[in-house]
Amino acid sequence: MNYWPLLGVAVVVAGFVLKRNPLLVVVMAGLVSGLAAGMGVGDLLALIGNSFVSNRALLLFVLTLPVIGLLEHHGLRERAQDWIAGFRSMTLARLLISYLGLRQLLSMFGLIDLAGHAQTVRPLLAPMSEAAAAKDGEARDETTDERIRALAAATDNVGRFFGEDVFLAFGAVLLIQGFYERQGIHLEPLAIALWALPTAIAAFVIHAVRIVWFQRTLRRSSARERTRRGGTPPDPGAPERSQEGTP
Amino acid sequence: MIQVEYVYWLVGAFLLVAAGMNARERHWPKAAFWLVLSSAFLLGDLVQLATAEGLRWPAQAMGLGVIALGVLAARGSLQTRASSEERHRETPAPVGNRLFAPALAIPLATLALVLVAPYLRWGDTPLLDGSHLTLVSLGLACVIALAYAQRTTRSNLSQSLAQGRRLLDTVGCVALLPMLLATLGSVFAATGVGDAIAAIVGAVIPTDSRIACLAAFALGMVLFTVIMGNAFAAFPVMMAGIGLPLLVLQHGAQPAVLGAIGMLTGYCGTLLTPMAANFNIVPAVLLELRDQYGVIRAQVPTALALLAVNFLLMGWLAFR
Repeated sequence: MNYWPLLGVAVVVAGFVLKRNPLLVVVMAGLVSGLAAGMGVGDLLALIGNSFVSNRALLLFVLTLPVIGLLEHHGLRERAQDWIAGFRSMTLARLLISYLGLRQLLSMFGLIDLAGHAQTVRPLLAPMSEAAAAKDGEARDETTDERIRALAAATDNVGRFFGEDVFLAFGAVLLIQGFYERQGIHLEPLAIALWALPTAIAAFVIHAVRIVWFQRTLRRSSARERTRRGGTPPDPGAPERSQEGTP
Repeated sequence: MIQVEYVYWLVGAFLLVAAGMNARERHWPKAAFWLVLSSAFLLGDLVQLATAEGLRWPAQAMGLGVIALGVLAARGSLQTRASSEERHRETPAPVGNRLFAPALAIPLATLALVLVAPYLRWGDTPLLDGSHLTLVSLGLACVIALAYAQRTTRSNLSQSLAQGRRLLDTVGCVALLPMLLATLGSVFAATGVGDAIAAIVGAVIPTDSRIACLAAFALGMVLFTVIMGNAFAAFPVMMAGIGLPLLVLQHGAQPAVLGAIGMLTGYCGTLLTPMAANFNIVPAVLLELRDQYGVIRAQVPTALALLAVNFLLMGWLAFR
């Protein structure tokens, strides 16, 4: 057994740890691994070229860019934000859980970049979460607010990751299909995508339970805080109002 | 019959347009990057044909092209900052909620085409290439959605190509990462990296035990994803090392289940690692958290619980 090709894995690890350009790291890793396996330069180049061409399907998503670009130019994001902002009168848990469900559903239909940390979490979900927690009468200090914002970002990640694999034409599904195809096992993408459903449901349940749990601990600690202070009611109006004009 | 090559040519043509637009603005590294990449799509089937006939230089030239892509990506700053000012320089007339329809048309038309394709025939030949049905359907759906979007927004093709190219340049060379990682996976498989890992694993765990192999596969996916920050990179390595030889071939696991849930097990690792910077570190900065690992901390319990669920699901569903 020749263990030298493992040097290629070491190159990937080192390259990513040292934050080199990921494309160059991956190309280098392929070259190192091939040379360490004792391949000739001609064979190695042919292998890289052929593998690259046979993985073309992974870049098919660029065909969606003219459509999405055109729609964004005409205000698609702003429309989506207005629409989501239309749901008011919400608790923190209800807000985050509906966002989680919506994000998963949209990702399942391949609308992965309709939402995201820059597009929806920072301008929309994070301030709405803080406002919902405040309206609900939960304690608010800097640390709690940061935990709420972090949970909002985490909710976006969980919703995206465990929805996108159900989409037929998503890269992960095609990567799995392509891997088996080259090993002589033919699978339809739909057969792979459907098996991502159980995990998608489990992810929704687990994260939703955690959100509810988070809200309960917030409420408990704020109730303790209130009794200690002698029952001052919370002041929900101000921070909530300031969010309403934000698209 | 509409074959998958036609869809690839369409991608190649779009990349060529993006290269041309960058060349006109004298962004030479970007223009060169998209030009080299477009050749893989415009000439890809010729390369495959030549290889099948024993002619090796086209594939070798493509290999050189891949190296050039890596070097170009590392040298020039290919990524442009997306600026909303530029995007809204000329404010278009408001279109309203009708904007959602073309966006939804891409996934819905893809799904519809996949479902009706068996009935679409011209005489005896099916209209869509059945062996790459999803890809052909996606390509067609994008064309349909583009026409629909242009009608909804009263735009023309050159406007949509300009907007598409703006998005492509915003994503930049990162767009190519999944395709390159898949290529690396093939190279790893061909050079025996998978065999070497399988040999090490085989020496460490009892390969006769189905549960031990499954645990090594699941934990390996998580560990590799944490190290590389990307489940796509971990998948081919763990699959070639443990998944295919031990679980599928030796223990008879169902490949579709193992692939799908195995990949999602890797995603649990993505939730845990600062290496996946765009998901875990960038938002911490965007949300002005003092703790740069705040988002990861919020994800740890979900990731670990889901890892356990995935392990049980694989043990149950893959060995029915």
